[in-house]
Amino acid sequence: MLIVGELINSTRKAIAQAIVEKDKGYLQDLARRQAEAGAHFIDVNTAAGGDEIANMIWLVDLIQDVVDVPLCIDSPSPEALEAGLGRCRQKPMVNSISGESERWASVLPIIQKYQAQVVALCMDDRGMPETAEDRLRVAETLVTGLTEAGIPEDDIYLDPLVKPLGVNHEYGIEILQATRAIRETYPKVHIISGLSNVSYGLPERRLLNRVFMVMSLAMGMDAYILDPLDQTMMSLWAAAKALAGKDEYCLEYIAGVRAGVIKA
Amino acid sequence: MANLLEEIQESVINGQAPKVKELTQKALDQGMEPQTILNEGLIPAMSTVGEKFQKGEFFISEMMISARAMYAGLNLVKPLLLSQKTESKGKAVVATVQGDLHDIGKNLVCMMLEGGGYEVVDLGVNVTPDKFVEAVKEHQPNFVMMSALLTTTMSSMEKTIKALMENGLREQVKIGVGGAPVTQRYADSIGADFYAADAGEAVSKANLLLNLAAK
Repeated sequence: MLIVGELINSTRKAIAQAIVEKDKGYLQDLARRQAEAGAHFIDVNTAAGGDEIANMIWLVDLIQDVVDVPLCIDSPSPEALEAGLGRCRQKPMVNSISGESERWASVLPIIQKYQAQVVALCMDDRGMPETAEDRLRVAETLVTGLTEAGIPEDDIYLDPLVKPLGVNHEYGIEILQATRAIRETYPKVHIISGLSNVSYGLPERRLLNRVFMVMSLAMGMDAYILDPLDQTMMSLWAAAKALAGKDEYCLEYIAGVRAGVIKA
Repeated sequence: MANLLEEIQESVINGQAPKVKELTQKALDQGMEPQTILNEGLIPAMSTVGEKFQKGEFFISEMMISARAMYAGLNLVKPLLLSQKTESKGKAVVATVQGDLHDIGKNLVCMMLEGGGYEVVDLGVNVTPDKFVEAVKEHQPNFVMMSALLTTTMSSMEKTIKALMENGLREQVKIGVGGAPVTQRYADSIGADFYAADAGEAVSKANLLLNLAAK
């Protein structure tokens, strides 16, 4: 059960600007606040604009100067992944590999070299998955391939690829069914998802994001890439985890309430 | 008769496919020209829908229901138009560029273009510059519209424009680009003719360029 803090991502305008202006204080503060809010990993993405590799190294170093949580190195470029991973002081996560042959061939050796945990997208050369069966089929290829390459199941985070509900009203139930099917087939593999895709194009997006988190957690999803500074989201996460039997004696829930971070 | 067109418009905007089908059939039975139903019923309705979407009054799902209703009428009218050899307003080749598999935005653009009276050639996703070149040669469109959702695949737009130039096809088409990471500035930097922030704007800008060309 873990949270990847999503905020340090250069596709967000404020972050792109902070990177351009080399605003170390702002970025370090954001890392610190995400860690304090309960993020288990901090995502680092510098792919949008500028010198991605130099910016990745700069960011990875400055974040680790202020927080102890491990990093999730996020890039479409294998070179930038490698640059970031090379600076990580703790076992990192890679975001992401997929079943697309080019991506697979370029990212797998990097994961092996750094013994990283890895987000594995359930898509392959046939394109984006359409059905729960599609996702399970790609999941099988990914898990088999990764474990054969020496990556333990506990280091694999399958992303079933959520699509916007506003485009097709069955995209919600599809991902919930895919999550349940993957969980039944692979009890030890993790299932991860970002939360913002599901609500794209619909009003009051945060409401849908939050409920999607609760429903998918009940189906067996156990990791999320989200904004840990959203206290309502984090409170729902703690409560959902307790209700799903993932919080022994509800101790984390109680501790969170006592600390004032979990609120009704 | 005029009331019937107004009713068609209203039913498209409200997303009532069976009603649009029924009203369109009624109009045809009463002897209304298919061209009139298209130009004064279905197209203005979708243009209103596009405007509402641009203003944030309509959400994607509502736009899609309206499009479904529009197609219910269009499917009746289209065969008649083809048999009369009526020319469409213009033709557009639309695709998501090489390396990019996202089809939602591209599909919305195709839908709104058809609703706007255009003939659409949808090349699909992950379309190479070569395929764009072939399609332009084969279909002789007025527009080439490209979609990309990733910062990393945006550069395929530039490659496609270059490929069209190298094949001497650049001057015969107007090129439009769009997608989450794309901006007006980027469109200018790669030499596209226009940028559209959403599917509604893709149609309104295409209309604008056609009107300019006609003058």
